[in-house]
Amino acid sequence: MTESTERTTEPLIELRDVKVHFPIKSGVLVDRTIGHVYAVDGVSLTINKGETYGLVGESGCGKSTLGRGLLRLVEPTDGEIVFDGTDLRSLKAEPMRRIRRRIQMIFQDPLSSLDPRQSVESLLVEGLKAHGLAKDKAAVDKRLRDALAAVGLPASALSKYPHEFSGGQRQRIGIARALVLEPDLIVADEPVSALDVSIQAQVLNLLDELQEERGLTYLIIAHDLAVVRHIADTVGVMYLGGLVEEASSDDLYREPMHPYTRALMSAVPVPDPQVEDRRERILLAGDLPSPANPPAGCRFHTRCPWAQPTRCADERPALREVLDGHRVACHYAEDIAAGRIRPHEVEPELVRPDDGAAPGDTGELIPTP
Amino acid sequence: MSLLDVRDLSVVFQRKGERPFTAVDEVSFSVEPGQTVGLVGESGCGKSVTSLAIMGLLPKRGNKVTGEVNFDGADLLKLRPEDLRDRRGRDIGMIFQDPLSSLNPVIPIGTQVAEVLERHRGMDRKVALKEARELLDAVGIPDPTRRLKEYPHQISGGMRQRALIAIALACKPRLLIADEPTTALDVTIQAQILTLLKQLVDETGTALIMITHDLGVVAGLCDTVNVLYGGKIVERAARHDLFARPRHPYTHGLLNSVPRLDSPRGERLHAIRGSVADNIPWAEGCAFAPRCDNVVDACLDGPPPLEPTANGGDLRCNNPVSEEVAVP
Repeated sequence: MTESTERTTEPLIELRDVKVHFPIKSGVLVDRTIGHVYAVDGVSLTINKGETYGLVGESGCGKSTLGRGLLRLVEPTDGEIVFDGTDLRSLKAEPMRRIRRRIQMIFQDPLSSLDPRQSVESLLVEGLKAHGLAKDKAAVDKRLRDALAAVGLPASALSKYPHEFSGGQRQRIGIARALVLEPDLIVADEPVSALDVSIQAQVLNLLDELQEERGLTYLIIAHDLAVVRHIADTVGVMYLGGLVEEASSDDLYREPMHPYTRALMSAVPVPDPQVEDRRERILLAGDLPSPANPPAGCRFHTRCPWAQPTRCADERPALREVLDGHRVACHYAEDIAAGRIRPHEVEPELVRPDDGAAPGDTGELIPTP
Repeated sequence: MSLLDVRDLSVVFQRKGERPFTAVDEVSFSVEPGQTVGLVGESGCGKSVTSLAIMGLLPKRGNKVTGEVNFDGADLLKLRPEDLRDRRGRDIGMIFQDPLSSLNPVIPIGTQVAEVLERHRGMDRKVALKEARELLDAVGIPDPTRRLKEYPHQISGGMRQRALIAIALACKPRLLIADEPTTALDVTIQAQILTLLKQLVDETGTALIMITHDLGVVAGLCDTVNVLYGGKIVERAARHDLFARPRHPYTHGLLNSVPRLDSPRGERLHAIRGSVADNIPWAEGCAFAPRCDNVVDACLDGPPPLEPTANGGDLRCNNPVSEEVAVP
């Protein structure tokens, strides 16, 4: 983002060229690193205070890993993560632990992220205890009730267990658990994708309200473009470990500039037969290449209908500002937008899930749902 | 005559010491040859159980299936198991949600496709494998000759779903049941698979039952849409009617609660309040009544009947959303 936006913007967190690489190990007695999975490979972005940043991409693009890397739940390989003036990567364990109070996370599956044998009270109080905030019983009690009320659950929920709640209510507990610590930044990894649509809307509205009331900053990670567009102010699109496009939510949806974003948006089904009958789909050929063996040059060139014979295959495009506040990582973004380059047929390349690893190798991968 | 005619299909799950649970409650619908019919609803509405009951794939114990499933003049529910096996795979194909768990992990893809051809079309292995290669090619799997010898884990999720479609279509069935065929896939892959399904249905004239929770998928694909809630069909309409003028408050609520890519931003979503846990049993009234904004006294007075509407659909509601209310 640039300073040119009109709102007075103050960055809360800045990521500079963050990389998270996972080693692929092999060998029986001695571990040998035989390659890397380039899950996140050089991402720079800024999230301003009070803003919602939406990160979209398909499974395997590294969006969840980036979210975890930001909290150092996985250790980034390289880059800087500046949170409110402090570089998180330079912190030792104890100060890092303390700063995590201010950065909380909401997970996708509320059933597996809540301990089934802990009551809601014990789930909520755990964070407070860890940060030494649970000294005054009455104050703690009030804090828990406030958090529950904020997410629309009755105080009687405190003595219940996760299995007694429905999926939507469980997700509310997950949100309450993040809220009790009064964080500045909430990283929500697919907060609604496990929920039915009618419940999804309730949780999205809730996140919206909480932001208004408490001035929270969100990083929302999701695969559903419509959800992200609805909730985010700024949207970043990831493909194979890198950010390919970033713009304000309105701009991105009005005029997607990167070929991948265009394809992604044209693939989202719209619940309106008239739109569905009219619209043209940009069908991408083939599958996402393996992040262990990403294509040289632009990572998207193997599937890009606009790929050109020069530059695309050998020069990795940098994320550059093409329009005001609209960053695109494509050599030919202007030409495509102006219609000077026409899309062409793409032959699907074969992608194997085990690409890049030795046969029989069981490299440790973090699966993205 | 309809290709498939489901009449008053009910599935009751019964476990020892527990109250019986009616998952599917007197569901009736029919599918004409070449038609695409959607069954839409949220988790627990009975859409998958309906498809399993049609295919006779429910476990033998613990449930009671009543009603009729007339396919081609025969009631599938009354067929002997061996006769039903003859039909399944030959006349009716099925695609499941998760391609990895519906393919056998220790058998090569080619063998799994060929198996169907051997069983139903009496081909020998060699001919069947050749045909399997053609099928894999037809569903857009690159380099099909090599793919024949590979195992499911060696190909990607989208390719696995294509292989599954190849198996389902191997015997050119007259009816294909797709249960959430794209839910496990990414949107760009979903678009590939939906385009493929549409194209295959157009080319082969196969009728398709599309089971999904995603209204967007239905909007682009289905001729007729059945909306299920709590095991009953609450609204049935042609696709254009359903999306332009949803009459049942549940359908209306569903359409309003999904954020859309092409609608103005920044507005609050109109969520449906409560959750399925608030449902009341149909015997006492409309199951949706506790969550419904249009609820009237009659809703808590026995189940509303499914009645035909002016534009050829059916509706189960005492106080439907007025036709003038457009979806924002």
